[in-house]
Amino acid sequence: MQALSIRGLTKTYANGVQALRGIDLDVAEGDFFALLGPNGAGKTTTIGIIVSMVEKSGGTVSVFGHDIDRALDRAKTCIGLVPQEINFNQFEKVFTVISNQAGFYGIPRALAVERSEKYLRQLQLWDKRDTIARSLSGGMKRRLMIARALVHEPRLLILDEPTAGVDIEIRRSMWDFLRGINAQGTTIILTTHYLEEAESLCRHIAIIDGGRIIEHGTMSGVIRKLNQETFVLNFRAPAAAPPQLPGYAFRATDDHTLEVDVRKEQGLNDIFARLSQQGIEVDSMRNKVNRLEELFMRLVERRGG
Amino acid sequence: MAEEPLGRIRRIGFQTVVRREFSRILRIWGQTLVPPAVTAALYFVIFGSLIGRRIGQMDGFDYTQYIAPGLIMMAVISNSYANVVSSFFGAKFGKHIEELLVAPLPNWLIVLGYVAGGLLRGLLVGVVVTVVALFFTHVPVTHPFIVAGSVFLTAVVFSLGGFFNAIFAKNFDQISWFPTFVLTPLIYLGGVFYSVTLLPPWAAKLSYGNPILYMVNAFRHGFLGTSDVDPGLAFMIMGAFAVAMYVVVVMLMNRGVGIRE
Repeated sequence: MQALSIRGLTKTYANGVQALRGIDLDVAEGDFFALLGPNGAGKTTTIGIIVSMVEKSGGTVSVFGHDIDRALDRAKTCIGLVPQEINFNQFEKVFTVISNQAGFYGIPRALAVERSEKYLRQLQLWDKRDTIARSLSGGMKRRLMIARALVHEPRLLILDEPTAGVDIEIRRSMWDFLRGINAQGTTIILTTHYLEEAESLCRHIAIIDGGRIIEHGTMSGVIRKLNQETFVLNFRAPAAAPPQLPGYAFRATDDHTLEVDVRKEQGLNDIFARLSQQGIEVDSMRNKVNRLEELFMRLVERRGG
Repeated sequence: MAEEPLGRIRRIGFQTVVRREFSRILRIWGQTLVPPAVTAALYFVIFGSLIGRRIGQMDGFDYTQYIAPGLIMMAVISNSYANVVSSFFGAKFGKHIEELLVAPLPNWLIVLGYVAGGLLRGLLVGVVVTVVALFFTHVPVTHPFIVAGSVFLTAVVFSLGGFFNAIFAKNFDQISWFPTFVLTPLIYLGGVFYSVTLLPPWAAKLSYGNPILYMVNAFRHGFLGTSDVDPGLAFMIMGAFAVAMYVVVVMLMNRGVGIRE
C-alpha cells in the first residue's frame, strides 16, 4: 500500500503566488523518503496540504488510502508531523505538551500517560518532564516536537527540517532514532537542507523546484545521474613537480592536495595509475562536496538558467 | 490494523481540549478568578453599601440585592468572553493551534471545546462573585432552573463571541478593542444597575435592542422573581444567538478564516 499518494497537486495562494504546479508523488509504506528543494520550492506547502494546514487549489492527496477530501480525519490519524517552526504551547510543562497531543488523537488518558513517558525517555527528555517548555534548549525543543509527533504512533511521520539549528551530536542521535523508528515500520518523509542527512537516511528521493518535481526515484538511482564529481586527493608527501593529468580538469590547492573533476566515463583507477607513474602516492581521498548536494545544485542551477 | 472509531477519538479529543482549558483557568487563577472577586466586592461596597443606601429600594428590593444578579452576570459575560478570546488568539499567536488543526478533530468539536472552556470559567467566576455577594446581601433563588438556564446560555453566547473575535484578530490590540468599546458599554447599559422603567421612553426603547438586557433580566428573574422583560422571550433570544453564533463560527473555521492559508 502507498503511505502517500499525490496526484496533480496545485496550490495558488491568495496573493497569486503559484506554489505548486501539478505534483505527482508516491511514497511506499515503510519507506524513508527525502523531499528536497531550495527555499520556496514548495516543500512546506506540500506538507501543509497533506496535514490540512493549507487548502489545496487542485489535485488529490491520499494517506494510506484515505482521501483527504473524503476522509480527512481518518487520514489525519495516520500522520505525525514535526513542523519546521516550534509550535507547542511554550507555557505548558513538557509532559503536558505530549499527553495533551495524545488526547487530541483520541488516546485514552492512562495510555497517553504511558506513551508520553515512553517517548520522552526515548528522546532523552524524561528528566525535563516537569519543565516549562519555553525553558528547554533549542535541541530539546526539536526533540520534544518529535516525541509529540510520535505519541499517537502514526504510520506516517513527516519531518520538516527537524535538525535545523541542531548541533552535530544531537543531529546524529536523532538520525539513529529515526532509523530505529523506520526499521519498526513507520514510513518517514523528511525535508532537510542537510543533503548529507538525506543521503545517509533516505532510500527514495524527490527534488522539487518551482512547484514541480524535477527528480524522483531511488537515492542511488538519482545519485547515479550525477555526471561529474570533484574529488580531493591528499598526497603522502609533497609532490616534487606539479602532477600531470591530461584529459582531466584539476587544480593543485597546495603541494599536498589536488582537486580533480572526474566525469562518469572516466575512472579513478586511471588517475591513481598516472599519479603513481609520477611517483606520487595518494594518502586519502574524499568527495569535495556531498554527491547529492552536487547533483541538487546542478539540477536547481540548470532550472534557474 | 484495526482503526479506532472516530466517535471515540472525538470524545477523548473533546475531553482533552476541555481539560486543557480548565487547567489553564486554574493555572492563571490570579488573572482569571481573583480579579472578578475584587471588582465585584468594590461594586458592592460603592454602589451597594455606600450609594445604595441613598437610592433605597428598586422593584421592591434592597438596591444591593437588586444589583447582585446583574453583577454576577456581568462577571460571567466578561469572563466567558475573555477566556475564549485570549486562549484561542494565544493559540494562534503561539502557533500551538496547529496541534489541534492537524489532529483528527472536526472544527465543530474544536469550537465546542473552547466554548466549554469559556462556559467553565464563566460558571466558576459566577460562583465566586455569588459568594462575594453573600457577604453583602441575601440573594434568594426564586427559579433555580431559570438561573441555571440563563447563565448557561449567556456564557455560551459570549464564549462564541470571544471565539469570533479571536478568529479575526491579528494582534493583541484587536482582542481588547471589542470588549472595551462594545461589550462594556452594552453591559453597563444592559440593566445591571437599574430597571429600564426608570429611563425616558426613548432610552428604554433603545435598551430593548440590547441583547444583554434580556440576559441580565432573565437571570434577575431567576433570583428575585422580577424582570423588565418577558423571561420566555429572553430565553428565545439567548437560544437564537447561541445557535446562530455557533453556526457562523464553525463556518468561518471550515473556511479556514484566520487559521489556514
